[in-house]
Amino acid sequence: MNYSDITVWTIILVLGVGTFLIRFSFLGLIGERKLPDWVLRHLRYTPVAVIPGLIAPLVAWPDATGGSPDPARMIAAAVTALVGYLTRNVLAAVLSGMASLYAGLALIG
Amino acid sequence: MPDSNLKSIYFSGLRASAPFLLVVAPFAILFGVVAMEAGLDLAQTMGFTVVVVAGAAQFTALQLMSDEAPAIVVLVSALAVNLRMAMYSASMVPYLGAAPLWQRALISYSLFDQNYAACIARYELDRQMTLPQRVAFYLGATTPLLPVWIGFTLLGALIGRQIPPALALDFALPITFIALVGPALRTVAHVAAAFVSVALSLAFAGLPFNLGLIVAAVAALATGAEVERRFYPRGLP
Repeated sequence: MNYSDITVWTIILVLGVGTFLIRFSFLGLIGERKLPDWVLRHLRYTPVAVIPGLIAPLVAWPDATGGSPDPARMIAAAVTALVGYLTRNVLAAVLSGMASLYAGLALIG
Repeated sequence: MPDSNLKSIYFSGLRASAPFLLVVAPFAILFGVVAMEAGLDLAQTMGFTVVVVAGAAQFTALQLMSDEAPAIVVLVSALAVNLRMAMYSASMVPYLGAAPLWQRALISYSLFDQNYAACIARYELDRQMTLPQRVAFYLGATTPLLPVWIGFTLLGALIGRQIPPALALDFALPITFIALVGPALRTVAHVAAAFVSVALSLAFAGLPFNLGLIVAAVAALATGAEVERRFYPRGLP
């Protein structure tokens, strides 16, 4: 990459301060004021609203394969989701997902 | 309240997020490796990890910097990836909003996806927890993550390119996050939200600056809330 040292450090510092302010926004400014029910009803879904959307493109078009769909990774994603849903156990889901990925890569290539 | 109680809650937080070590550590190594390969020096690589402390945003910034994107595009995209944390911050308020300012500042600095998930799950389950107990649990859930994130980035930066591509570490991030979401799909409303999130993020993947993710997340939030209002008018089971 062709950035000057100053540009790189500026990116790092602005990103750091910006990220902190995002994380601090509500915890720092709103404090213990009560949030209305409809806000809480939306906030309940933050993990399941954001994380699947963050992940779906990485599963559909993985960088490691240059963005072309890869059966081994898709099967591993499905196995992880299924084991996580059925067992409610994060570690079991991670382990079976990675095991499925290695098995898939070994079998399918 | 006796200290032994807080100590045992600290350790239960530690146990709750310990499984994430298996994915945070490889993810941190991966960031160190990729950052050095992209051309950052050791200080810059560690600067990213210590100052920003947000894996997905760091990878987004790195990817765009490798593509020689303008600095402003790098910043806007990486911050957009982190916008979800404003929602995390907001959903922590009912539980931690009464803590002293310095504690809330430190909590904000170290708020990852993983300790957030571990804490919210516990706080929702155990409504009787006092504020010091919640802070102790947060501290426990963060202990395995922050030092490991920093230390293993350093390890990755130092060992560089010796990691064989056959380990397929690229997929550790998706696997972790999927593993987190699976158990969170407790009701029809959660499932509907996750489905909308996946469908729209794929449909809008072409939008610049990660706006596709923001569109998908906002629509998914609205979906979850609306399904809850219709299916569970007396509150969630």
